[in-house]
Amino acid sequence: MANSSELIASDIEQYLQQHQKKRLLRFITCGSVDDGKSTLIGRLLYDSKLLFEDQLEMLEAESKKFGTQGKNVDFALLVDGLAAEREQGITIDVAYRFFTTDKRKFIVADTPGHEQYTQNMVTGASTADVAVLMVDARKGILTQTRRHSYLVTLIGLQKIVVAINKMDLVQFSESKFNDIKEQYSQFSRQIGVADITFIPMSALTGDNITEPSPNMPWFHGSTLLGFLESVEIDEQRLQQTPFRMPVQWVNRPNLDFRGFSGQITSGVIKPGDLIRILPSGKQTHIKKIVTYDGELNQAVAGQSITLVMEDEIDISRGDLLTSATEPAAIGKQFNTTIIWMNEKPLLASRHYIMQIGTKSVAATITAIKHQVNVNTMECMAAKRLNQNDIGQCNINLDQNIPFDAYIDNRDSGSFILIDRMTNNTVGAGLINFVLRRSQNITIQAVDVNKQQRAELNKQKPCVVWLTGLSGSGKSTIANVIEKKLHATGHHTYLLDGDNVRHGLNKDLGFTEHDRIENIRRIAEVARLMVDSGLIVITAFISPFAEERLMARELVADDEFIEVYVNTPLEVAEKRDVKGLYKKARRGELKNFTGIDSPYEAPTNAECVIDTLQTNVEEAADIIIKRILHEKPVGSWGN
Amino acid sequence: MALTHLEKLEAESIQIMREVISVTENPVMLYSIGKDSAVMLHIAMKAFYPSKPPFPLLHVDTGWKFRAMYDFRDKIAKRLGIELITYKNPAGEEQGINPFTHGSSVHTDIMKTQGLKQALDKYQFDAAFAGARRDEEKSRAKERIFSFRSSDHRWDPKNQRPELWKNYNANKRPGESIRVFPISNWTELDIWQYIHLENIPVVPLYLSASRPVVERDGTLIMVDDERMPMLPGEAALMRKVRFRTLGCYPLTGAIESNATSLPEVIQEMLLAKTSERQGRMIDQDSFSSMEKKKQEGYF
Repeated sequence: MANSSELIASDIEQYLQQHQKKRLLRFITCGSVDDGKSTLIGRLLYDSKLLFEDQLEMLEAESKKFGTQGKNVDFALLVDGLAAEREQGITIDVAYRFFTTDKRKFIVADTPGHEQYTQNMVTGASTADVAVLMVDARKGILTQTRRHSYLVTLIGLQKIVVAINKMDLVQFSESKFNDIKEQYSQFSRQIGVADITFIPMSALTGDNITEPSPNMPWFHGSTLLGFLESVEIDEQRLQQTPFRMPVQWVNRPNLDFRGFSGQITSGVIKPGDLIRILPSGKQTHIKKIVTYDGELNQAVAGQSITLVMEDEIDISRGDLLTSATEPAAIGKQFNTTIIWMNEKPLLASRHYIMQIGTKSVAATITAIKHQVNVNTMECMAAKRLNQNDIGQCNINLDQNIPFDAYIDNRDSGSFILIDRMTNNTVGAGLINFVLRRSQNITIQAVDVNKQQRAELNKQKPCVVWLTGLSGSGKSTIANVIEKKLHATGHHTYLLDGDNVRHGLNKDLGFTEHDRIENIRRIAEVARLMVDSGLIVITAFISPFAEERLMARELVADDEFIEVYVNTPLEVAEKRDVKGLYKKARRGELKNFTGIDSPYEAPTNAECVIDTLQTNVEEAADIIIKRILHEKPVGSWGN
Repeated sequence: MALTHLEKLEAESIQIMREVISVTENPVMLYSIGKDSAVMLHIAMKAFYPSKPPFPLLHVDTGWKFRAMYDFRDKIAKRLGIELITYKNPAGEEQGINPFTHGSSVHTDIMKTQGLKQALDKYQFDAAFAGARRDEEKSRAKERIFSFRSSDHRWDPKNQRPELWKNYNANKRPGESIRVFPISNWTELDIWQYIHLENIPVVPLYLSASRPVVERDGTLIMVDDERMPMLPGEAALMRKVRFRTLGCYPLTGAIESNATSLPEVIQEMLLAKTSERQGRMIDQDSFSSMEKKKQEGYF
């Protein structure tokens, strides 16, 4: 195969001209452990003569040391990159490989088939055009094969190659090949795979990889490489999809130039075209398409460009430029499919950052509708999604965003979820549809507002959020604060376990999910009370930083006073007013903070009370000073 | 209309660069003067046009680069009108760290790895573009485009963020910084072809010329200045050589070549039998040496 070595040697300029025009195909290989994925990729690199002598020498040395092929060269070692993987003999992360042939250039995402690494496959598939699914001819279609097929279909890959590998180990049997083909075809109808090609091969021996196999004369289809070199690249369809370009950056070198830079994700754009800016909905015409290499009279999906508009319109990063006749939709509540990628499970009512296109918004998972069993594609009820789980979830955003359904547009219909505490990417999501319900709940404009209520009360309403271990003294301090404020004519309300757990939240238990929901409801109630003009004092363990952040963000910046009632665990446990620690130690109370459930101490509390140094009266005075002194009556704005 | 592979790669690199400058506070481009840096810088000129790239270039100098590299560096920065920061580890300079007396690994660690960390800390850069490619070496093949470093600049290969679609998460924890590799998906051939196609200036050392070299342990080392100690009986000979990668001259092996034009260089590369990193002495120590170096903070 290959790198037209002759042309390179005889006429390099000619070769370069040919190579320059080559197009790029990105594909993903997936399969179970031992299906021979790495061997296949090693073989493709080897056969396309992209291995140099020093790499071969190193490969031979490593084959002796780590190889699984006896004295033979172990191609898998070429691609099993990280040291840890070589020791374990498995691939544990996504790796990208590159090779080129006479016809095309390729980028391969090599992804593991190991059970717990669904996320890597989804990651690899998200940028691929085609999937190559490895099947061991001896084993046929396995649970993993089904899972991988489901995942690549979910991510929207329309073309799948089922590479039936290790044919050398089944005597190149045609009937074996036909059995597997039939078995897979039956299954694929269930999940709606669009376009499947079956190829019998052996990555180890090279049969039907680059050259038609002399051992399988009964097979008349193309070799794997032949297929990859000729399969249609999805560019045409993408250009026929309505125009979309998320604005990445406003380009303002001087007062005379104002351009909007981004990469076109779908469609075609020309000067003179009418576009709509979302979410604002304003429209304008394209004046010119600017690039370093000159102005263009047309730009297409995939190009990174800068657009100048006819009219001076307010456009900023995060906006989506769309076709005016076929704009994207707008919404803030969605039904989505989420692939969870973090050890910390996804829980309903948790808050995350959603990054979609160039926009970041606050998102709350409002419901986990169901989890999908990736092996059987059955839907199951679920309260949480663990790492590598896939589920359908409703999501609520804090603002409207432009979007397309994922099946219509991979870029404007996909998002990632980011954990607000760790900043990690914890999930990937696909938008299925908007929940129309959101459009019916409009906020009723009222004539009396928060400020007017507060003025009548002659006070600045706020939430005083006490957090700390059980037995740290929160309720006692809260009680004294309220008494003192009340005595000086302030309007207050104290929320604590007694008046909340028995009423509003009596349906909630003590699982992690229920404890988050407990705090969410309390935070919402506190917000309403602040709105009504009260000083609200809450006394809950509220062990998770994320929930406290959520409570904080429900009210204005200066309306939240977090008070960390800091008592060491030993001291709180010794006090044990309600005997709860003893019960927890005996194992009678599950999920007890400090014992078998963590307490995440605040790092940015407005007030920290060290109860070993400060008595209750002093603590209350410090906090009241903070409530009253910092924000004197009448001197605050909206 | 169909995009070629180079057009696609270029558009991807531009998208990455624009993301970084939009979501980080104080980005910088690590400029090593080599061909990959040349391509990265050229793409940056395109990405922000008609604006200039909104970040400075940082060259972490070991004091032992080829003289032709220093000339080239200063000319390019001046021509493009981009701020160039150069940084040399002052402690290393004071101790006279050099590849001859201290060996390649000590020299590289102190002048390059430590120097880079010091420079990033000194200027408080929170994102640094670097021109590494995934096809260079196996551990790079698994590194993300946005690669996070702890406050002491360590890379944790087991704890990388998944990168899906075109969606890069640049949210940092306090003290963390990001190395961004906008040309991750380019290969050596792509780089050369793009340089050829776009007429990008590169250091003349990439083209063959008659140069004074000595042969040590099978490697041709160019005698670039008088600091190079000669062994007894050793004398520099003029040979027609060029370099496939550029670094510190005492650590960079030359190859004999007649390629005096870019197409000839590409031709030799495609017909060559050794990979480009072989001229670089730092990753031959052990199977996983690059991975280890990266964990320690080498970019």
